[in-house]
Amino acid sequence: MSASAHSQSYSKTGLWSWITTVDHKRIGILYACSALAFMVIAGIDALLMRSQLALPDNGLISAETYNGLVTMHGTSMIFLFIMPLSAGFFNFFTPLMIGAPDVAFPRLNALSFWIFLFGGLLLNFSYLIGQMPAVGWFAYANLTLRQYSPTVSVDFWVWGIQILGLASLIAAINFFTTILNMRAPGMTLLKMPIFIWATLVTQVLLILALPVITVACVMLSFDRAFGTGFFDPGAGGYVLMWEHLFWVFGHPEVYILILPGMGIVSEILATFSRKPLFGYSVMVYSTCAIGFLGFAVWAHHMFTVGMGPWANALFSAATMLIAIPTGVKIFNWMSTLWGGKIRFTTAALYAISFIAMFTFGGLSGIMHSSPPIDTQHHDTYFVVAHFHYVLYGGAVMALFGGIYYWFPKVTGRLMNETLGKIQFWLYMVGFNLTFFPMHFLGVQGMPRRIYTYAPDRGWNLWNLICTMGAYLTAIGAFLFAVNVFWSLFKGKIAGNDPWDARTLEWSLPSPPLEHNFDVIPTVTHLDEWWHRKYNEDGTRKVLAPAPHFDPQTIHLPNPSYWPIVLAFGILLIGTGFFLPSFGHVISIGTSVTGALVVLGSAFGWSYEKA
Amino acid sequence: MLDSQHTGSAGTAGTIHGAGQEAHTHPTNTGVDNRKFAMWTLIASECFLFGTLIGNYLIHKNRGISGPKPHEVYQIDITTLSTFDLLMSSVAMVFALYYCNARRLRLFQFWTGVVALGGLIFLGFQYIEFSHFVLKEDLGLTRNIFASSFYLLTGCHGAHVTVGVIWMLSILITSLIKGDKWFNSTMVEVAGLYWHFVDVVWIIIFTVVYLFVYV
Ligand code: HEM
Ligand SMILES: [Cu+2]
Repeated sequence: MSASAHSQSYSKTGLWSWITTVDHKRIGILYACSALAFMVIAGIDALLMRSQLALPDNGLISAETYNGLVTMHGTSMIFLFIMPLSAGFFNFFTPLMIGAPDVAFPRLNALSFWIFLFGGLLLNFSYLIGQMPAVGWFAYANLTLRQYSPTVSVDFWVWGIQILGLASLIAAINFFTTILNMRAPGMTLLKMPIFIWATLVTQVLLILALPVITVACVMLSFDRAFGTGFFDPGAGGYVLMWEHLFWVFGHPEVYILILPGMGIVSEILATFSRKPLFGYSVMVYSTCAIGFLGFAVWAHHMFTVGMGPWANALFSAATMLIAIPTGVKIFNWMSTLWGGKIRFTTAALYAISFIAMFTFGGLSGIMHSSPPIDTQHHDTYFVVAHFHYVLYGGAVMALFGGIYYWFPKVTGRLMNETLGKIQFWLYMVGFNLTFFPMHFLGVQGMPRRIYTYAPDRGWNLWNLICTMGAYLTAIGAFLFAVNVFWSLFKGKIAGNDPWDARTLEWSLPSPPLEHNFDVIPTVTHLDEWWHRKYNEDGTRKVLAPAPHFDPQTIHLPNPSYWPIVLAFGILLIGTGFFLPSFGHVISIGTSVTGALVVLGSAFGWSYEKA
Repeated sequence: MLDSQHTGSAGTAGTIHGAGQEAHTHPTNTGVDNRKFAMWTLIASECFLFGTLIGNYLIHKNRGISGPKPHEVYQIDITTLSTFDLLMSSVAMVFALYYCNARRLRLFQFWTGVVALGGLIFLGFQYIEFSHFVLKEDLGLTRNIFASSFYLLTGCHGAHVTVGVIWMLSILITSLIKGDKWFNSTMVEVAGLYWHFVDVVWIIIFTVVYLFVYV
């Protein structure tokens, strides 16, 4: 029976079509939209914190609320904004850039999204019942134990992370398989677009780092739910065990956050300087080297816990080593720009600013890779400045650049460049106003995570400036939202290839058809699409005529509602752990029901026609 | 020899079970079926999962403040038996795959059943061991940190065996329903990969947890 006949029984528009979709492009859009919505919430957290800190001895927000805001802000920005927005790009573009009809497992892909969404909603539910976890985004033991955090607040964190981790793991296996198994004929590993390389290494990091945090979270939830003593020194437990497990995951995690951004920036810079990426293969090797070394440096977050001189020295040296492949990348980006015919579009501005801001954060990173210096920086605003430069100035700026770059491919319309540039400058100025003075505050001794400070410390001026900067970025974010909605309806029609770009997704209509490629392309070059358009001497080629397309060869996977049902079962399993106060029957009953839903939908899933 | 047999048929598996299931086996860049590839990837991740759990056990096993110590409770004879049982179920898995590839329905079903049974027996042993610890040795989950990390590690492994048993049983049931139409070698091979991996993990746990107390 023909696939198209089958899928016609499902409608292609409306809510139900989105709930049951297994199309990687729609799933990518869902990821990106949810991520941006969560960003608004996490951004409001940040504004509230900065408002509280604008003036000394301010009474806007209580100490408890402040602790909750710090935790939810950090956790959401990382797990609910940067990671899923990157996942949105992986989803939409991986198959298009490698010339594949879809990802390897379309339904698993939908499953990852729904698990992610439920995990995110669970975490955010803590706001609604006023039980924000208040333990920092790394939830150090033993503050997280029942004695010190008696309410369900920490359970939101543990189960949120656990469920989000599962979503990322499933997605990572899917994309790892897709990239290594589903490339178009001729696309050898070293002909893959650099963004695909960044995606690939990110998936490896996820696959290997997530299980570690999973175990840590299981231990913590056992401590909290069943009274084991893994992190309780009184029971023989080992508090530092949490820090080690967390950072064994946590440092690879920071590369999970930045590598996709690096990939995006590499694509944008090559396109807008009309040159191939400088040192492509060196970029590939340094991406791999960063991924590899990223597993060997976790204890640089623990220089001050007293690991002793040998451990400190080794982890310090390993951390400094990472600066080498990172520096190589920075020089490659600059060399890509060098001598290029640069077009300063909004996307290009974001990408260029990424180089500067990321380098800045990398430099302060190298500073605290030295244990004696780090002992001075640790837990001060200097560290806050460092990781905002790499995360916000780095990852977030790159992701926004990615949105401006690929929006026309996703929606068929260009974003408004004027608004875009205003937003960019608001971001640049606002961001640097907010975070640059934090270096000063840090070396003047202002600790992290304090909800207020005395007026006689000499911190007043810089704090006020930080807060003003934060409001500028908020205006920038608002303009971005305006720009998105304006461009969706009024934006200029983009056409297939508005930027005269280099990679295969630009050979397709904007937005691409549901089946992606009429005929799977055969790849002969790195930057295949560019080579189809231009001769080696830069003159235009006549595009080869489209090969004969037989619609009969298209097989679209069928929509399915099992992914969302299964994801809901997983949410139920976690929810059971919140309910012990309602009695063991209800709590265990909920988890067991969840497990049965998972089992049932797994069977429904495997007997369904894919 | 077995090996060449099933790689030979994996390529054609798509056409044989053409009715239903994910029937379209595209050629892949690596030549390895997507599902198999994904299973290997999952196994890489699981290595880190069990690695963390085993490391956690090693750090904590002698930190129990009160209550029994490892060498006072382990019953090496029973555990040796259950280890042997799990190993044999892996052998049965090899036969199940072999007869699936050879299209010998009854033998395939028989050996699949043996695998599931072996897993169930292993879980039975684990039940006996756990209840002995809890009832006779007064070593519940929260008795001391050694107990907690022991149950976390072996319990996680037991959960993996349980998933494997459910998987093998559903393969068996599917095969009983669909009969000759369903020789889904790739699916059986993927389940086999999982089963062998869970087995290998147990060998490591057996060595590190149970045998090392004698060193
Ligand atoms: C040259 C590269 C880098 C080096 C040498 C480096 C080094 C460090 C060190 C030593 C710390 C610990 C500071 C302390 O707590 O005392 C740290 C913290 C941190 N780094 Fe980096 N880093 C680098 C790049 C990055 C990147 C690319 C990211 C993320 C995209 C990142 C994110 C973070 C975060 C989030 C923290 C703070 C964690 C916390 O305490 O909340 N770093 N970095
Ligand atoms: Cu780090």
